[in-house]
Amino acid sequence: MKVNSFKRYCWLSAVLMLVFSLAIHGDQDLSAQQPLLDALNNLKQGSMTDREQAITQLSEIKHKRSLGILQALLDGRLFTLKSDARLVIGIDNNQGYDISDAVSSAPLGAVEQEAVNKINLTNKLRVSLRKIIGQLELSADDPAIRLAAVKAMSNEDDENALALLKARAGIEKDEAVRQAIKVVFLMRDMSSSDKTVRMEAIDALKEHNSLDVVNRLNVMLEKDDSGNYLETDADIRNVAKAALIKINTRLQFYSTIETVFFGLSLGAVLVLAAIGLAITFGVMGVINMAHGELMMLGAYTTYVIQQLMPNHLGLSVLLAIPAAFVISALVGIAIERGIIRFLYGRPLETLLATFGVSLILQQSVRSIFSPLNRSVATPEWMSGSWQINDFLSLTWNRFFILVFCLLVFVMLLQILKHTRLGLEVRAVAQNRNMAKAMGIPTAKVDAMTFGLGSGIAGVAGVALSQITNVGPNLGQAYIVDSFMVVVFGGVGNLLGTLVAGFSLGIANKFLEPFAGAVLAKILVLVFIILFIQKRPRGLFPQKGRAADS
Amino acid sequence: MKFIALGQDKTSTSVLIVLAAVTFIIPFCNLVLPADSPLHFSAYTVSVLGKYLTFALLAMSLDLVWGYCGILALGHGAFFALGGYAMGMYLMRQIGARGVYGDPLLPDFMVFLNWKELPWYWLGFDQFWFALLMVLLAPGALAFVFGWLAFRSRVTGVYLSIITQALTYALLLAFFRNEMGFGGNNGLTDFKEILGFNIQSEAVRTLLLMMSGITLIGAFLLCRWLVNTKLGRVVTAIRDQESRVRFLGYRVEMFKLWIFVFAAMLAGIAGGLYVPQVGIINPSEFSPLNSLEIVIWVAMGGRGTLYGAIIGGVLVNYGKTVLTGLMPEIWLFTLGAVFIVVTLLLPDGIVGLLKRRSQEQSA
Amino acid sequence: MNGYTVNLFGEDAKAGAGSLLIKGGVDTRHGPILYLEDVSVSFDGFKALNNLSLYIDAGELRCLIGPNGAGKTTLMDVITGKTRPDTGSVFFGQTIDLLQMDEPAIAQAGICRKFQKPSVFDALTVFKNLELALKTDKRTWPTLFNHLNGEQRDRINEIIETIGLSTSHRLRAGILSHGQKQWLEIGMLLMQEPKVMLVDEPIAGMTHQEVERTAELLVSLQGQRSIVVVEHDMEFVRSIARKVTVLHEGSVLTEGTMDEVQNDPRVIQVYLGG
Repeated sequence: MKVNSFKRYCWLSAVLMLVFSLAIHGDQDLSAQQPLLDALNNLKQGSMTDREQAITQLSEIKHKRSLGILQALLDGRLFTLKSDARLVIGIDNNQGYDISDAVSSAPLGAVEQEAVNKINLTNKLRVSLRKIIGQLELSADDPAIRLAAVKAMSNEDDENALALLKARAGIEKDEAVRQAIKVVFLMRDMSSSDKTVRMEAIDALKEHNSLDVVNRLNVMLEKDDSGNYLETDADIRNVAKAALIKINTRLQFYSTIETVFFGLSLGAVLVLAAIGLAITFGVMGVINMAHGELMMLGAYTTYVIQQLMPNHLGLSVLLAIPAAFVISALVGIAIERGIIRFLYGRPLETLLATFGVSLILQQSVRSIFSPLNRSVATPEWMSGSWQINDFLSLTWNRFFILVFCLLVFVMLLQILKHTRLGLEVRAVAQNRNMAKAMGIPTAKVDAMTFGLGSGIAGVAGVALSQITNVGPNLGQAYIVDSFMVVVFGGVGNLLGTLVAGFSLGIANKFLEPFAGAVLAKILVLVFIILFIQKRPRGLFPQKGRAADS
Repeated sequence: MKFIALGQDKTSTSVLIVLAAVTFIIPFCNLVLPADSPLHFSAYTVSVLGKYLTFALLAMSLDLVWGYCGILALGHGAFFALGGYAMGMYLMRQIGARGVYGDPLLPDFMVFLNWKELPWYWLGFDQFWFALLMVLLAPGALAFVFGWLAFRSRVTGVYLSIITQALTYALLLAFFRNEMGFGGNNGLTDFKEILGFNIQSEAVRTLLLMMSGITLIGAFLLCRWLVNTKLGRVVTAIRDQESRVRFLGYRVEMFKLWIFVFAAMLAGIAGGLYVPQVGIINPSEFSPLNSLEIVIWVAMGGRGTLYGAIIGGVLVNYGKTVLTGLMPEIWLFTLGAVFIVVTLLLPDGIVGLLKRRSQEQSA
Repeated sequence: MNGYTVNLFGEDAKAGAGSLLIKGGVDTRHGPILYLEDVSVSFDGFKALNNLSLYIDAGELRCLIGPNGAGKTTLMDVITGKTRPDTGSVFFGQTIDLLQMDEPAIAQAGICRKFQKPSVFDALTVFKNLELALKTDKRTWPTLFNHLNGEQRDRINEIIETIGLSTSHRLRAGILSHGQKQWLEIGMLLMQEPKVMLVDEPIAGMTHQEVERTAELLVSLQGQRSIVVVEHDMEFVRSIARKVTVLHEGSVLTEGTMDEVQNDPRVIQVYLGG
């Protein structure tokens, strides 16, 4: 009977455990939850000794929440709620705190400062807490956290930390973390008393990409006030110098890569802005000064969609792409049908009339959304950066825009190459009268082409909303640039637009370090003005009789 | 043909009469009649009218380039602004030690930037005659260099329009920079004196209005003479059939260049007259929007007729004053609508409309 | 002889291109006034002119015929400086290298052109159109202060007479009939006192009477100046031409009198297709 009941109890607890574990994240078991609660109980009620014990407890149970709670404790963001004595983590919001449950991390809204009690620490506790956190971080599942922990520890001259690192080095599987740990020990060796050890360490360090190493080496080569080198040993200095040169070459290389990347991402923005224009200007010979405002509409579409679904940032941005395309395309078609079609063959007049449209669109947005800039939030998967090594990190949003730009470009090429519309567009572009004679409805094709170009402007606006403020002047800032790109690349040549956009972007970014952003922009503009003198038809001109007219 | 020519003359004569009236009657009323007389114009009216006259001059200069020579320049405001800056630099130097920082030589913004010396390009601007020369030469030189490059390589049509816009945009960015030495974002302002007279005083304002009027009338007569010379006919011919003119043996690029330079200088004069009357010049004068607005003044008035440009310049700006006073929001809507309506329905502007009316009536 | 001309005078022409204009000397001692040798022009791979060689004698009236796309208009573009050939040489007389000159310089040197589509200045009167064409100093400054003297006025009136527009010389050119515009453009050519006139399709849109008068005019002008006429109307060509050049696919197919040309089997092949 007893055995039976025990078995039943076991079954029951097993089922309960399963249910619980599914309810709470699904990857924990109840056995870990209870010690956590115990430890937290000790933490909030007990004396400093209890707290110390609780901290050790927390570090030992290896619960998923442990690290977050300990970090909050260290930062002074762990509180008890006065009303129900619950442990919460708070974020200062100037008036009070935005709090979330310490155990479940469920948000609990905002409270006054007086509604909570901070859990205090002594200095001694803080020191040991820091160490424990480092330890926990070192054994975290995410290699990025481990890497950060190693870097944090490398700055402390603490035997305990070194012991931890040594232990970790034996079991670490991730290459980047291993290398980082190695750097820490090599840097320690640099201050060894044994000259050979030092020289070997320096020599080995020249293969590593670490800013700490660069700083350390630079310091060795500096002179003090009386003109003596800080590093007294000339041999060491020479090795350090050689190592520094090697590292600096690599640093140079990575910084070039970074500049190219920045240039490409700026180029991507330019291409996105220009490519719709390339279609309307290149294919139809129509100057659409409202192009920038069509981008602005796309950006505002993103803003509105985000307002409608504030809890789904990522989804809202994805949804905004087709929505912006449709809205800008419709507005574009309306402009074409309402104004531009009466002005074919009169490009200068088209320019003026569409400029009028751009003023009206700008003012409409100003009246509807206020003249102030609106900020569009960036979804989590697009924020932050991709840290390749100490010398090189690429921001995700720019990376995504680069990819997005290429996607849009390829899609556009496919549309022009492989669809009926594309065929008709190309036919009309090459010989309008002939196309008409062959029964192509040129008026419809014009409207569709214009819609396509405008729609892409809208899509570009979505991309812009991720890297810049959304305001009524958004479009104006890009209109001159995008015309320059189209003209530079050669009117009527989409590939030219792509090449021109990227090369202008890169040129701009390479000029920036020594000319400053504004002057770089001016230089690029002046360059294009001079370039057009030499090659009025751009990089990739269309030739032949058709181009003469 | 003769009838139209006569009619044109009649209209331009009446425009001249109105201009002369504004130029001479208002100063007479303000300087001779007592201040409480009902015919005494307020300081506001005087400065607004003076501003309109400089805008009319600016519009006329663009009309030479666009209406007569067919070059849609979208950077004409740059020449206006350069002329304005040249005059502004003179007025800045006139402030002398009366600035906030009291430096006898350096304008306030340079003291603020910790500059120790006056940049070389500010030298000479303490002389009025030098400033006047620069009002002409600065825009003229820019127009010459730009035009020489552009026209020689036969950049035409929308390409030219876009690079003129890029030109003024580049200048806008450049003048925003503090390092340029033109006061950066804030530009040049807080002027005290012109030729030793208080620039705020009513008499000076009235005289400035008069000067603007006289300059406009003079420029109008000069332009009218110009377009009626053989050179004027070559220029019109270039607008209509550029390559034919070339095959007749004319160096089209040189004709375009000189018209462009001449118009740029006129625009510079307009800027030089504008700045003392409004009391400020800043980089926003270089903004592409400003240049486009000038285009719409000309289009609205009627391009290809000098008086049309004058009428357009005054009317659109009057509309702007009234509408921005009533409801600032409505102005851009209106301006946008004007762009569309004029290009779609009034290709020859108000003047064209009136002409068509009178022809219909006489027919 | 061809190579000889090019080599000998290629350098001379470069050195003296400017001064020659002032001297006004077109060296035609060897007969031809226009030398085109091995000229090729291609647009995107399409050869508009293909190793074309052609000589026009001083004072000659030459007709150019050929099917569409034979390169007639491109040929005129090359001579007048509108199109730069990829290869070949083009000389005016023996000494003036036209490839070193642009359109206005070529026009001032004495090669004038009437376009296929009549291009006159619609906004100006007939008289003013001719005045613009008048041979005179065409630089900007002299143009600004230019005033017609009595002699020039007479010259313009004379041309107005010649082109039969004396009743309408005060009209704007825009309201003239198509044929009248063609005449006006021929008049503008005459005003420039050219040594070579290139006339592209002069009789399109003319009445029968006008065609006859055009033929008379062109015939009467030969001798004083060389005239190259491009025309599709064979009847017209027969009525004026002594020598006809047939172009085909960018090169000269054959040359000769109208009868010779018309009986040439290759020409028949080209025109009738085969």
